[in-house]
Amino acid sequence: MLTFDRVFKRYIDSSDALSDVSFHLDKGEMAFLTGHSGAGKSTLLKLIAIIERCSRGQLILDGQNLCHLHERDVAYLRRKLGLIFQDYKLLLDRTVLDNVILPLIVSGMSHHDAARRGRAALDKVGLSLKEKKYPLTLSGGEQQRVGIARAVVNKPALILADEPTGNLDPELSAEIMTLFEQFQQVGVSVLIATHDIELISKLNHKVLVLNQGHLTIKNEVILEETIGETA
Amino acid sequence: MKRKATRHKKLKQELKATTHNSLSLAATLRMHGDALGISLLRLLRTPFSSFMAIIVMAIALSLAGSFYTLMSNTQQLMQGLQAGKQVSLFLDEQLSDEAAEDFARTLLDNHKVERVSFISKEHALAEFQQYSGFGDALNALESNPLPAVIQVFPNNIVQNEADLNGLIAEFQLMPEVDFAQVDMNWVARLQGIIAIIDRFVIIIALLLAFAVLLITANTIRAELQMRSEEVIVQKLVGATDRFIRLPFLYSGFWFCFISGILAWFIVSLMLLMISEPIESLSFLYQSHFEIHFMSLFESLIFVLGSALLGTLGAFIVINYQLRLLKPE
Repeated sequence: MLTFDRVFKRYIDSSDALSDVSFHLDKGEMAFLTGHSGAGKSTLLKLIAIIERCSRGQLILDGQNLCHLHERDVAYLRRKLGLIFQDYKLLLDRTVLDNVILPLIVSGMSHHDAARRGRAALDKVGLSLKEKKYPLTLSGGEQQRVGIARAVVNKPALILADEPTGNLDPELSAEIMTLFEQFQQVGVSVLIATHDIELISKLNHKVLVLNQGHLTIKNEVILEETIGETA
Repeated sequence: MKRKATRHKKLKQELKATTHNSLSLAATLRMHGDALGISLLRLLRTPFSSFMAIIVMAIALSLAGSFYTLMSNTQQLMQGLQAGKQVSLFLDEQLSDEAAEDFARTLLDNHKVERVSFISKEHALAEFQQYSGFGDALNALESNPLPAVIQVFPNNIVQNEADLNGLIAEFQLMPEVDFAQVDMNWVARLQGIIAIIDRFVIIIALLLAFAVLLITANTIRAELQMRSEEVIVQKLVGATDRFIRLPFLYSGFWFCFISGILAWFIVSLMLLMISEPIESLSFLYQSHFEIHFMSLFESLIFVLGSALLGTLGAFIVINYQLRLLKPE
C-alpha cells in the first residue's frame, strides 16, 4: 500500500527533516507515527499528501512514485487519501453535510448522489442528526468527527491523520481512535501522527518513532522507554 | 433490491471516473452550472463591495462605449456632408427673381445636375436675420445686401474634386452667375481633424478596456485572498486547479457582464440627453441628422465583450495566484 524507501527530505538552508526513512504499511494496517515536536512527523505526512516533495528516495503509494508525480496529477492522487487535521480545517460557512461531501463535489459527483454518500459517512461517525448544523455550533469532538466523515466519504485507500486528538480530552480521543480502528477493520490503511503516548500504549498497533528525522519501528511492548528516550 | 444494486454500480463507476483525469460531459456541465451559481451568490453575498466595483467598471465601460458611439456618429455625419456636396451660385444682382427662377430651371437640363434649390433675396435675408444674430443690424440697412442664390446638387456623375471643379468652371462662364463656389475645403479639413480624433478615441478606449481588465483582476484577487482557506481545503481534498478556478472566472464574467449592461444604459442615456440639441444644431445646417444609438448587434458585442474582458482579467490573475496558494 504505502512504502517509504530511503526517503530524505531537506528544506532549503537546514538540516535533513527526514533522513533515510524506510517503512511499509500494508493494506488495512494501522500505525502510529510519534516523536517529539520537530521530529519530522508532519513532514512525513506532507510527503504522502504531496504538500511537500521528497528530496531523495522513493515513496510509493498504490504503485505510484510520489516523489516524481507530475503537478497536474497531484489532485487525483489526493482523492485516494483521507486527510484529517488537528484544527479540523472545516469550512465554517457551510453546513456539516456540505463539508463532508466536498471531496465528492470537487471530483465531479452530482450533489444528489454526494449527499446520499455524505449522510452515510455522517452516520458512521454518529452525526447523522447534525447534517444541517454549521461547524461552529458543534463541540470540538463533533467537529473532528465531521473531519473524519469528510476524510472517509471518498472511500480512500489510506487515511492520514495529523494530531487528530490534539485538541480533545482523553475520553473523546479514545472515541476517535475507535472510529479509526473501525475503518481499519474494513481494509483502509491508517497512519496517525500523534504524541499522545498514553493513547498509543492502550492500542495494539505498529508504532513508527521519529527522532530528529530518523525512523525506528517499534512494537507496543517497549513503547514507553522509547518515548522516554526521545522526549 | 435490483435498483439498489444498479445504483451502487453507478456510484462505483462515478467514483472510478473521478480518480481519472477526465470528467464526463454531465460532470463538466454540472461543474460549470455550479460555478455559475456559486459565483453569482458570492457576488450577492458582498453587495457593497460588489456594487462599488461594478459601478467603477460601468463608468469606465460607458466612457469607452460613448466614445465609440460618438465616433460612429461623426462618421455618419461626415458621410452626410460628402453626399451633400453642393455648388452655390451667387447670382448677378441685376437679375430679377422671376428671371433667376427661369435660369434655375434651365440648369436642370444639365446632365450633371441632380436638382437645384432657389433662394430668393428676401428669403436669404429672412434666414440670415433669424439665425445669424445680426437681425437688428440688418434692419438698419436701407436695401437688401444679399444676392439670390441657387444651390446646385450635382448627381453621381460628379464624383471627385476635379469633376466638381469642372462643373464650377462651367457655371462661372454663365452671364447670370456672379460667382460660383463649392465649399468642400472645410469638409476635407474637418475629415483630417476627425481622423486624428478617431485614432485618439481608439487609444483611449483601449486604455479604458485595460483599466477594466485590471479592476476585475484586482477584485478577483481580493476575492481569492478572502477565500484562500477554502481554496486550500479544496486543494487538500483533491480539487483540480481547473475546478477551483471556475467560480472565479465566472465571478469575473458576472462583474463585467453586469457592468456592461449598466454601461449600455449610461451610454444610451447620454445619447438621449444630447440628441435634442444635436438635432436642432443639424437643423441649422439644413440637414436632418439623427443621433445613432447602438444597434442590437453593437449592444450585444459591447456587453459580451465586457463580460469576456472580465473573464480574461480573472483568468490572468487566478492562474498566477493559484500557483502561489499552496497548503502548508
